[in-house]
Amino acid sequence: MDRIPILKMGSFLLVTIQVDLYDRLALNLETDLIRMVSETNTRGVLIDISAVGLVDSFMGRILNNIATISRIVDAQTVVVGMQPAVAITLVELGLTLAGVHTALNVEKGMELLHKRLGSDAGGGGQLYDNSE
Amino acid sequence: MQGEGGSFMITLSKDLIQITREQDVVTLRNRVKELAVKIGMSLLGQTKLITAASELVRNMLRYAGGGTVTLEVVLGDKVTGVRLTFADEGPGIADIGLAMQDGYTTGKSLGLGLPGAKRLVNEFSITSEVGKGTTVTVIRWKNGL
Ligand SMILES: Nc1ncnc2c1ncn2[C@@H]1O[C@H](COP(=O)(O)OP(=O)(O)O)[C@@H](O)[C@H]1O
Ligand SMILES: [Mg+2]
Repeated sequence: MDRIPILKMGSFLLVTIQVDLYDRLALNLETDLIRMVSETNTRGVLIDISAVGLVDSFMGRILNNIATISRIVDAQTVVVGMQPAVAITLVELGLTLAGVHTALNVEKGMELLHKRLGSDAGGGGQLYDNSE
Repeated sequence: MQGEGGSFMITLSKDLIQITREQDVVTLRNRVKELAVKIGMSLLGQTKLITAASELVRNMLRYAGGGTVTLEVVLGDKVTGVRLTFADEGPGIADIGLAMQDGYTTGKSLGLGLPGAKRLVNEFSITSEVGKGTTVTVIRWKNGL
């Protein structure tokens, strides 16, 4: 199965997207993240899209869905590393990432989460096996 | 050959891609990117064009079950550009004015594909006939804003 690994670090989930997402991959990521956010004690979701050269309305909707579900279980979503050209294009497309925080890189994203959640969240890395 | 608004335009290269399944979306994006890079389009221009192409090819697959994309490098008024023509033989669009509005969708999605694609390119035209199909043509110039 086509899956993007999700790294669990304490109460944070970290996803690094290394390729331009095709639909199946994006939908699997949505399913996996929503499942993990609701089944584990997740306070923050970090999605690193620094290697992604294109976000269209399909993928934008998936990012919004992840943020919406996360909010319901009281977790925050941060999209990190969005390329400037991608950010400008998203605005012109008319897409707003509602309820999604953005940060320059993973480190800044972590800082943002800690600031918003207090200091007890996050921790050591552990690879959660979401491959089936 | 006449272009939009009667201006001079010639085709420098031409290529066809048949769109029948989801994987073809990725192929198309890559081909569009190659052409944009080849004519020296800026990274921002490339990103806008590829995003518009992604929206339009997705519509073609979703609402018409596929179609054909023609990729051309064109020479307009002293400047090159990429012209993409998305032609399908699907159900067509009854009210184009409505379909071009932000947020209008019959597919329970965001309704940003057509109006968003129009904002991301320099020239955009759409023709559609119910029961016959839909054709969308876009151009991004190398130095387009
Ligand atoms: N190639 C097409 N064939 C038939 N109908 C189309 C086509 N492209 C778009 N449409 C119609 O126009 C509407 C708006 O399209 P779009 O702006 O891309 O938003 P969305 O795909 O999110 O619905 C679609 O919901 C559909 O009804
Ligand atoms: Mg669409």
